[in-house]
Amino acid sequence: MSIDVIFKIAAIGILVTVLNQILIRSGREEQAMMVTLAGVVVVLMMVITMINNLFTAVKTIFQLY
Amino acid sequence: MEIVQIVAIGIICVIILSILRETNKDLAVIISLIASILIFFIVIPKISNIITVLNTIADKSGINSIYVTTILKIIGIAYIAEFGVQLSNDANEKNIATKIELAGKIIIVFLSLPIIIALVDTIVSIMP
Repeated sequence: MSIDVIFKIAAIGILVTVLNQILIRSGREEQAMMVTLAGVVVVLMMVITMINNLFTAVKTIFQLY
Repeated sequence: MEIVQIVAIGIICVIILSILRETNKDLAVIISLIASILIFFIVIPKISNIITVLNTIADKSGINSIYVTTILKIIGIAYIAEFGVQLSNDANEKNIATKIELAGKIIIVFLSLPIIIALVDTIVSIMP
């Protein structure tokens, strides 16, 4: 758990936005959408484990089984 | 000083969010989610200390431990429900936020039923 994750995701977001703009300008709307989707999927894979950690931590602390 | 860490995380996230909010909304929601997770993980050791102290106080004063665990469960459910509600509100999904809130309230009432029953029993036994 460190702040690196936030920087990683911000970098992914900016990169995806730039790629999106370039692809749209060069007239490839479908590929631009695919890039956006891929970015969201990659970030979601990173986030899912963190959400799982959070929920297990809350469950163990507050004795919710 | 954890508070400096927490405020730093908050400020950094706000700056990143203000950039990403216009261009990439879905990632902005995920970043705010991660920020709240990180901040909660900083506070976790303090919470567990507080809870152990509460438990020892309850043991010393002879309160039935069921009540203390019920209260802890209610706090946990309220926290998780609030988490979901705030996230849905951030993503402009008011409908789902309201449903999560309602479900959280119903589960809290359900969990507090044993306490209500105990209260009613006490009142009935006091009445002549």
